[in-house]
Amino acid sequence: MKSALLIAVMAAVTLLLRALPFLVLRKRTPAYISYLGRVLPPAIIGMLVIYCLKDITPAVRPFGLPELAAAACVVGMQVWRRSALISILSGTAVYMLLIRVIL
Amino acid sequence: MKKRTVQQAFLKSVPVMAGYLVLGTGFGILMRNAGYGVLWAASMSLLIYAGSMQYVGVGLLTGGASVLTVILTTVMVNARHLFYSISMLGRYRDAGKYKPYMIFALTDETYSLLCDGEVPEGVDANLYRFLVSLFNHSYWVAGGILGNLLGAVLPFSTAGIEFSMTALFIASFTEQWLSSGDHLPALTGLLSTLLCLLVFGKESFLIPAMLLITGILTLLRRREEAAP
Repeated sequence: MKSALLIAVMAAVTLLLRALPFLVLRKRTPAYISYLGRVLPPAIIGMLVIYCLKDITPAVRPFGLPELAAAACVVGMQVWRRSALISILSGTAVYMLLIRVIL
Repeated sequence: MKKRTVQQAFLKSVPVMAGYLVLGTGFGILMRNAGYGVLWAASMSLLIYAGSMQYVGVGLLTGGASVLTVILTTVMVNARHLFYSISMLGRYRDAGKYKPYMIFALTDETYSLLCDGEVPEGVDANLYRFLVSLFNHSYWVAGGILGNLLGAVLPFSTAGIEFSMTALFIASFTEQWLSSGDHLPALTGLLSTLLCLLVFGKESFLIPAMLLITGILTLLRRREEAAP
């Protein structure tokens, strides 16, 4: 039952965040907000990349090697093929392989 | 016109299909491993519909987090959606009856498909954006159900499947970098967050990072707006 409550809370807060700008800025969008709307998405994606890699331990075996190698694979595939799908699948495969081999 | 709109929306959503099936399946498997069955996984994918939050949410459920912790964590993990909505204000303004659902379903991926504002010729723009959102949502829910059911019978270990989420963001970052001549916002996000991670530690760096990013981008405004 507690789980159902927590799921409802996650759903409600997520929806509120998505809807808030539409509720608050109903009439017109200030120039500053439009500017943020343009430059924030790439910055936030950069933030998410670091967020996902935050558990790497560079000083402890395996020194973050599986993550870094798989990340390099994703970047390389994206530059080469420009297909997010191919990049995600190959990077994940490299990661799943490396954590079994390197550890 | 309606048939063409459905067709074009489906084609647009195809690149997200496999990504969502993989990521959604990963989520379904995590839920299975945490002891939650298919109804739980499906409800979360249907009602929350936010990938990274659902991955984090599995930990919150199993760790028995408090309601307050869940609220704060959701705000931190999903605060970026504020910015997606902000940049879609103009485009979604006149979406009429489709608007509430489109706002609910504005995920990272749906945003990345629709944020350039391009709509194919001869389609109803609002219906088109609504359907792209709906197709993506259905892949996500299907993945959650599939992963939860298959997770129990897969003959091999699925450890590491969670990297698909990291890979998704790295791919988006790279694609964004390749398609834009202005790398300053992307670098600001990457380096500010890295700095905050080193200074504040991995438990509490996300909010300082968001503040620092917003601050730096505000200072850069004159320069950025002068750029072509």
